[in-house]
Amino acid sequence: MAKLTFSIGGIHPADSKLARDCRIETLPLPPKMYVSMFQHLGAMAKPVVAVGDTVKAGQIIAEPGGFISAYVHSPVSGKVTAIGPRKDLAGFNQMHVEIEVQGDEWAEGIDLSSDLVTEIPEDKQFILDRIKMNGVVGLGGATFPTHVKLNPPPGKTAECLILNGAECEPFLTSDYRILLERTDEIVVGAAIMQKVLGGCPCVIGIEENKPEAITAVGSSVSRLGYPGIRVETLKKRYPQGGEKQLIDAVMHRQVRSGGLPIDVGAVVQNVATSLAVYEAVQKNKPLVTNTLTVTGDVIDPARQHNYLFRIGMPLSYIAEYAGGVPEGTVKIVSGGPMMGKAIANLDAATVKGSSSILYLGQSTTRHAATPCISCGRCADACPMGLEPFLLKRLYAAGDVAALEQNAAQDCIECGCCQYSCPAYVPLLDNIRMAKAQVMGVIRARNAKK
Amino acid sequence: MTNTIIWTVAILTVLGLVLSLVLFWVARKFRVEEDPRIDDIEKTLPGANCGGCGFAGCRAFADAAVKAGNLDANYCPVGGNEVMKKVADILGCAVKETAPMVAVVRCNGTCEARPRVNVYEGAMSCKVKASLYGGDTLCLFGCLGCGDCVSACSFGALSMDPATGLPVVDESKCTACGKCAAACPKHIIELRAKGPRGMREYVSCVNKDKGPAARKACASACIGCGLCEKTCTHGAISVADNVAYIDFNKCKLCRECEAVCPTGAIHGVNFPKPLDKDAVKKRIADRKAKAAEAAKAAAEQEAKKEVTNG
Repeated sequence: MAKLTFSIGGIHPADSKLARDCRIETLPLPPKMYVSMFQHLGAMAKPVVAVGDTVKAGQIIAEPGGFISAYVHSPVSGKVTAIGPRKDLAGFNQMHVEIEVQGDEWAEGIDLSSDLVTEIPEDKQFILDRIKMNGVVGLGGATFPTHVKLNPPPGKTAECLILNGAECEPFLTSDYRILLERTDEIVVGAAIMQKVLGGCPCVIGIEENKPEAITAVGSSVSRLGYPGIRVETLKKRYPQGGEKQLIDAVMHRQVRSGGLPIDVGAVVQNVATSLAVYEAVQKNKPLVTNTLTVTGDVIDPARQHNYLFRIGMPLSYIAEYAGGVPEGTVKIVSGGPMMGKAIANLDAATVKGSSSILYLGQSTTRHAATPCISCGRCADACPMGLEPFLLKRLYAAGDVAALEQNAAQDCIECGCCQYSCPAYVPLLDNIRMAKAQVMGVIRARNAKK
Repeated sequence: MTNTIIWTVAILTVLGLVLSLVLFWVARKFRVEEDPRIDDIEKTLPGANCGGCGFAGCRAFADAAVKAGNLDANYCPVGGNEVMKKVADILGCAVKETAPMVAVVRCNGTCEARPRVNVYEGAMSCKVKASLYGGDTLCLFGCLGCGDCVSACSFGALSMDPATGLPVVDESKCTACGKCAAACPKHIIELRAKGPRGMREYVSCVNKDKGPAARKACASACIGCGLCEKTCTHGAISVADNVAYIDFNKCKLCRECEAVCPTGAIHGVNFPKPLDKDAVKKRIADRKAKAAEAAKAAAEQEAKKEVTNG
């Protein structure tokens, strides 16, 4: 079968999936957990507990702060000891609920057994409510509330559900591990989302460097026998897992500038989100756990891990449990090396979207920037068809109108331009600012209307 | 051959004459009547086109001033009172004298006071850095040190001090146009009155964290203890959001706040003599003792009165 991929741009970084053969281990509970109120896209969640309250694992501790927002649940049982600002991994203050762990008692109505429930509820609204009440958000990186994404605006119908198992970022293996170890649950999750979207076909896209996962998912799909689900092999190419790139690869359709995937009939969900949907709908279990990879180029193979963590565990606790920060580390990143964020504060708590602790060595430090030589490699590499060198110049000149004309707002911040630049120009750093400026102008204009 | 040259020259000359007449006529006919004062004012202004006055440039400033007929909304910080007087003469109106201002960097987080916990290797721009994370130190409010203010200054008045990692203002060059203040994403730079002979007193910190957190982040942070506010006899100091602020219009430069500040966050500059902290503290103590005595005496008087009345 032909391998699918997107049509323009892209790069081929070394895949470095060093932790691919490490089974998922469950982390023991730390003495204290810090649950952020801002771990999804949209409005901040509002705490509904007070200091001194006792909470059970899976109990709601915060309500959505707006339409695009999500419920937050307590990951552990214990006592709320503080509610207030705490530094997140970038060092900014965010509202956190601090919980002192006491035992491990779960709230009622949550099925903690590992039995596979294959029968899918008939009522769509019931499914959507469960997804919403259990705080499920997209775990591919953007943490967009899933119940909003699965509920297309009137007049638009989903023609294809794409399950994103590309995991195109180097080093990360958490999606790969759940594809191997929680295969059936992910497939049931996909069938549930299919149901909500009105029975559209579902494509599970997995990159060619994960043949075991492709086989496992393929056999699970045929064993479980849900109609309209198929597995597609994708070429190994970054950013294959980008929403718009994946739609291009699978459906050969392009989302126009400023449009949403649903405009071309696509809904893209990450495989980890599918697992969370399964747990939320079939087990009534809130999103309080996720999988995270501890890896890097300076850490020896015996110390690479894939962990099932409770959301709210401090990163430093996980790092300590995995054997501490290895020697030679110059940078610790949360997320992949391409799009992840450097961790400025290791004491920060994990959030729903945490996918890795990545230790990188000297070889990954940036080179000093030299002047642009106008070679155009960035424009070749851009998967959105933008001209990064031009955008940087326009940003330096402060020409917001020209930035909008040149579609700075379409940048997906994948970092291909910076990766391919032979002059080491910090292109993305500048384009990100330009994008924010243009988005501000667009929002202001829309607000006026 | 010769003929061609003669013809060419002749035709071009005639064409030139005719077109010049047309241009002359057009220039007369479609002349835009402009107040000559606009030109005069523009010539008087420094011509830096820095935008410090809030207008797009010196011409826009002159245009607005002439249209308004007064100088209520116009002040050229670069030219200062001298230039404004000349502009006022041209317009034939009065001008309020404004105290000369200067840019003040309100961060004292030197490399020693504020230990770096991270190394930044992204684009050298404070704006970019501020959008990415909280900064190299534990202080979320202080100078980021990438020098956006330095590149914003059109007068070469700012430079980064490699020893402290903080920008330094050259007072002789600073025109208080405010570009640096606008460029700083952390809003550290403030335009303050230059003060008599350049003497001024200011809180060199904008950290809004509570005392212990601020202290942990930076040894010379304002911890919002309020000692300065209590000591000040001129009502010039106010503490809000855990950080003190000195109102330069009320400050009498007595330097008492500077003497009592436990972290050295209050700075006095251009004073002829270095601050003798002990002497100032003694002065404050004496004043307080006197006040206490007076209060005691007043209370006794009150008590006596009550006794006689009773």
